[in-house]
Amino acid sequence: MSESTSQAFSLEALRAGDRTEFARLVDAHASQIYRLALKMLADPQDAEDVLQNTFLKAMQALPSFEGRSSLSTWLYRIAVNESLMTLRRRKPEVSIAGNGDAVDDDDYVPTQFEDWCCLPEKELLSSEARTYLDQAIRQLPEKLRTVFILRDIEGLSIRETSQALDLTETAVKTRLLRARLRLREYLSTYYGERLAKEST
Amino acid sequence: MPEKLNCQTLLASLSDYVDGVLGDALCQEIERHIAACDNCRVVVDTLKKTIYLYHETAATTEVPIDVRARLFHRLDLDDFIQK
Ligand SMILES: [Zn+2]
Repeated sequence: MSESTSQAFSLEALRAGDRTEFARLVDAHASQIYRLALKMLADPQDAEDVLQNTFLKAMQALPSFEGRSSLSTWLYRIAVNESLMTLRRRKPEVSIAGNGDAVDDDDYVPTQFEDWCCLPEKELLSSEARTYLDQAIRQLPEKLRTVFILRDIEGLSIRETSQALDLTETAVKTRLLRARLRLREYLSTYYGERLAKEST
Repeated sequence: MPEKLNCQTLLASLSDYVDGVLGDALCQEIERHIAACDNCRVVVDTLKKTIYLYHETAATTEVPIDVRARLFHRLDLDDFIQK
């Protein structure tokens, strides 16, 4: 969601605990937070918990919100942290260092050169394909996944993404490129098979 | 003077290229390269398509009514559940 949407809210009223204004804020941003959590966690119940906790924390933290980023970006930031905590709780056996840091340069280099662009839209976005798209994103290391979801799915700018994740813009760009290239590989495998079927 | 663009160096500018924020000179170099290099052309085209497909799947998800109602309840905003 764009920054202009957020600016339509009275920060003064929100900071003062105005319930009507807060209810408006929730309605304006609940869908984007729910989507983010669903993509991150792939579980409706967990996503709902993240949604609730995000707005509870926002409610508590609003008096000290300084407005250095937009409200929208700030909410994303809380929601990303909540989602990551949920993931940590799920698999405590995985050390944080091992979780997505091992992103080496080999992942960079494309290995699939099937040109599946010409497949019909109906096939590219069939319900089976959509399920595959969701699975593929879950195979990304967390660090790549968050950047990709915020930038390419939710449509935040590089700057907003860097604010939401507390990363430099350079780090966002590096991770974004890796995420995109990896997903392209996954999708090439999937759609490449469809393409082969079609030509037989 | 930038070194001559090859398949490897093209990768580094790929995101900026598909996002349309790359400078004119480098942009033209990439276009010249992919006109002659089939693999890179496919990578560029399928990368654009990958981003497009994910973007398409997102816009349709709205928070369900019952989820919204429980959210408002949890936030002690029950009187705002009716829009
Ligand atoms: Zn090439």
